Amino acid sequence: MDDDQLDNIFKALGDPMRRRILDRLAKRPGQSLFEICASSVAEDGRSLSRQTISQHLDMLERAGLVQTHWSGRTKMHSFDNAPLRKAADAWLNKHLKKGRAT
Amino acid sequence: MRIYVTSVFVDDQAKALNFYTDKLGFILKHDIPLGAHRWLTVVSKEAPEGTELLLEPGEHPAVGPYKSALVNDGIPAASFQVDDLDKEFGRLRELGVQFTVEPMDAGTVRMAVFDDTCGNLIQLVEMIQGK
Repeated sequence: MDDDQLDNIFKALGDPMRRRILDRLAKRPGQSLFEICASSVAEDGRSLSRQTISQHLDMLERAGLVQTHWSGRTKMHSFDNAPLRKAADAWLNKHLKKGRAT
Repeated sequence: MRIYVTSVFVDDQAKALNFYTDKLGFILKHDIPLGAHRWLTVVSKEAPEGTELLLEPGEHPAVGPYKSALVNDGIPAASFQVDDLDKEFGRLRELGVQFTVEPMDAGTVRMAVFDDTCGNLIQLVEMIQGK
């Protein structure tokens, strides 16, 4: 995993709204933009514009943390944790392991 | 000023009339020939004098891209209110209506979304009191 990919992952994780979107997609995979907006109203009690959520999803998708598929003519989003494992192996674990040894 | 009619663009008016009456349970209000198409409206049985829903022909070139963009993002073209969402969800599913969102909580409402088979997603909402 190169630095650009690591940057994309850590930048994507560096926002509470994006982390919450991932939490929700982990709990219930395969949601449309509309559903993600609706559940953000339900769970956070505040609504972000569709445009804002759409931009968050683009960033998560670029980082590989969100995968999309089509259900009929509707685009569905799901969480993919594989890039997180790779980021952990490529950088986080290096320091976590060192920490444990001392 | 009052809202007497609102509309959804449908791919096929005859097919839409069947779906909106036979499946959803609305009743035909106006069916007036208008050139190649019809001024075709339905109303709720619960409010026959209430706002009409116009099943509008989707022929204009802007309609296709507009409907596609909404469906891609899962956004409903119209929203109808029901008293008991779970009951209505069960009834419509029995009739073969395809839901893209099963009943879920969304703040002060419970909602679900189905496909109207005429190119639109339609939202059903039940107001949750006391929230």
